[in-house]
Amino acid sequence: MNWFERLFPPKINVSSRLSGKRGVPEGVWIKCASCQATVYGAELERNIQVCPKCGFHMRIGARDRLLALLDDGSQEEIAANLRPVDILKFRDSKRYKDRIVDAEKSSGEREALVVLKGTLKHSTVVTSAFEFRYMGGSMGSVVGEKFARGVDIARELKSPFICFSASGGARMQEALFSLMQMAKTSAALNRLHEDGLPYVSVLTDPTMGGVSASFAMLGDIIIAEPGALVGFAGPRVIEQTVRQTLPDGFQRSEFLLEHGAIDMIVGRLEMRDTLASLLGSLGFRGSLIPTLSDLLPEDATKS
Amino acid sequence: MDPNFLEFEQPIADLEVKIEELKRVSTESDLDLSVEIDRLTQKSEKLTKDIFSSLSAWQVTQLARHPKRPYTLDYIKGVFSDFRELHGDRMSADDHAIVGGLAKMGNQGVVIIGHQKGRDTKEKVYRNFGMPKPEGYRKSQRLMKMAERFRLPIITFIDTPGAYPGVDAEERGQSEAIAKSIYLMTGLKVPIISIVIGEGGSGGALAIGVCDRLLMLSYATYSVISPEGCASILWKSADKAPEAAEAMKVTSKQLMEFELIDRIIEEPLGGAHRDPGATIRTTRQAIQEELERLLKLDEKSLLMQREEKIGKMGRFVEA
Repeated sequence: MNWFERLFPPKINVSSRLSGKRGVPEGVWIKCASCQATVYGAELERNIQVCPKCGFHMRIGARDRLLALLDDGSQEEIAANLRPVDILKFRDSKRYKDRIVDAEKSSGEREALVVLKGTLKHSTVVTSAFEFRYMGGSMGSVVGEKFARGVDIARELKSPFICFSASGGARMQEALFSLMQMAKTSAALNRLHEDGLPYVSVLTDPTMGGVSASFAMLGDIIIAEPGALVGFAGPRVIEQTVRQTLPDGFQRSEFLLEHGAIDMIVGRLEMRDTLASLLGSLGFRGSLIPTLSDLLPEDATKS
Repeated sequence: MDPNFLEFEQPIADLEVKIEELKRVSTESDLDLSVEIDRLTQKSEKLTKDIFSSLSAWQVTQLARHPKRPYTLDYIKGVFSDFRELHGDRMSADDHAIVGGLAKMGNQGVVIIGHQKGRDTKEKVYRNFGMPKPEGYRKSQRLMKMAERFRLPIITFIDTPGAYPGVDAEERGQSEAIAKSIYLMTGLKVPIISIVIGEGGSGGALAIGVCDRLLMLSYATYSVISPEGCASILWKSADKAPEAAEAMKVTSKQLMEFELIDRIIEEPLGGAHRDPGATIRTTRQAIQEELERLLKLDEKSLLMQREEKIGKMGRFVEA
């Protein structure tokens, strides 16, 4: 088991899609980890990785998520060229340097956070999403810097900022540097709020540790996907501390809603409409209705 | 084994036993053993210097957790005057793992906040081993907002294994409490000085540790996760904590090299617990110097400097 499987046992996190068992060619037929139904891969993709049979939300890559959210063709990546460095020369059973190479291969991304500028129903937004396949979506210096740059670009554009979290927490291989990203991301949000711009935080499975205990919980509006595991301490650590089995549904989205920690639970298929509606009410609405100048021939508006 | 001495200090402990024995003999009889006692005392001091000149990160971790080390309330008593503890988050509870209140440093009013550990079993339980729950962080936020309202500088003492990982803490929003504390401190319009006096444990430490000047006792530690926690995840065994401590570079010296902290407060030979009085005096001096410097800054430059300090934390390349 790798380290994030230890944190989040396969039972609750790794969808069969990733495990590629049963000799089925990967990507063609996928077994839902929740209802066990076999689903056609293309159908699942159209459904943004939500099981069409039972509605279970499987993990989705950062880029796919943002591309599904933003208007087609509007997307532009921010700070794509930032790369991690092994400043501590960290080595456990593996060198951090090698883990970086592996993470790039397995995720197809260059870091655990993807930031895209674009439009959501014709309204400009800056969006970011965690790539869980990149070292468990852990937050190191690059994630903190990309987040901060995304926020600052939202400020330049006077647009809202949205972040989809999916992370095991801070990246241990960057030690105290990674802890300090909690302050760096929070300071960026402070600037955004000073400018009167909204920040929406969307919690997806899982959002834990240093990510949960910083920007993920700082949204003007906090939304969670159904059934996401969200908390400060991991369930195993808590079980070891309190020496009792945790109740069903503990630290799940529904538990958080019940305890007043989040505003709402929204399914992935309704996310685009919900976000556009919320931001619209906050005063960030795209112009769906064509303006007079769009309708009239160019010289007509001049007179 | 003498509980005052850690395992790696046993050679020193053995010498100290011999010195005590000689002292006892010399007082009980008329034998003059002063030459021998002096010789052994010097030897003990040299041995201590040798051992302490090349401590491993794990040995420093043990010193940072030493049960005889001065705790927040000891510093408060020795550094400030007129301390009045203020209690409660005004919502649900008063967390005993975080203490806070008003005090004076010379003529300057200050707000103090710090993690508090306990010494004996009863007190340890009362202080929840220095592991705060959400109400502790909310109390801290309340006091910080008050400090801002009355333009008082804030001084925080960091000494926690981490925020409490428990069912009730999660139910009451541990993540939110820590997040809001960090967020609040990034924008507070008064000077903040934080001092890591023992264990700087993860988000639970940073929640009172976003500041203008970050000071650290020489044998304190500061890390993103406990060495045991890191070892059990990455090495698959908590027994590898010494390796994890080394890999994470948790000591004041290592963190200073990475420019993650601003100043080291030197502890006496053998660690703070060998001479708490001297440790507290040195700490007082350091706080006073830092405070004087920060109080000269106007609000705008203070906030600009803090933003810059936080903004540059992180190492990456633009490829």
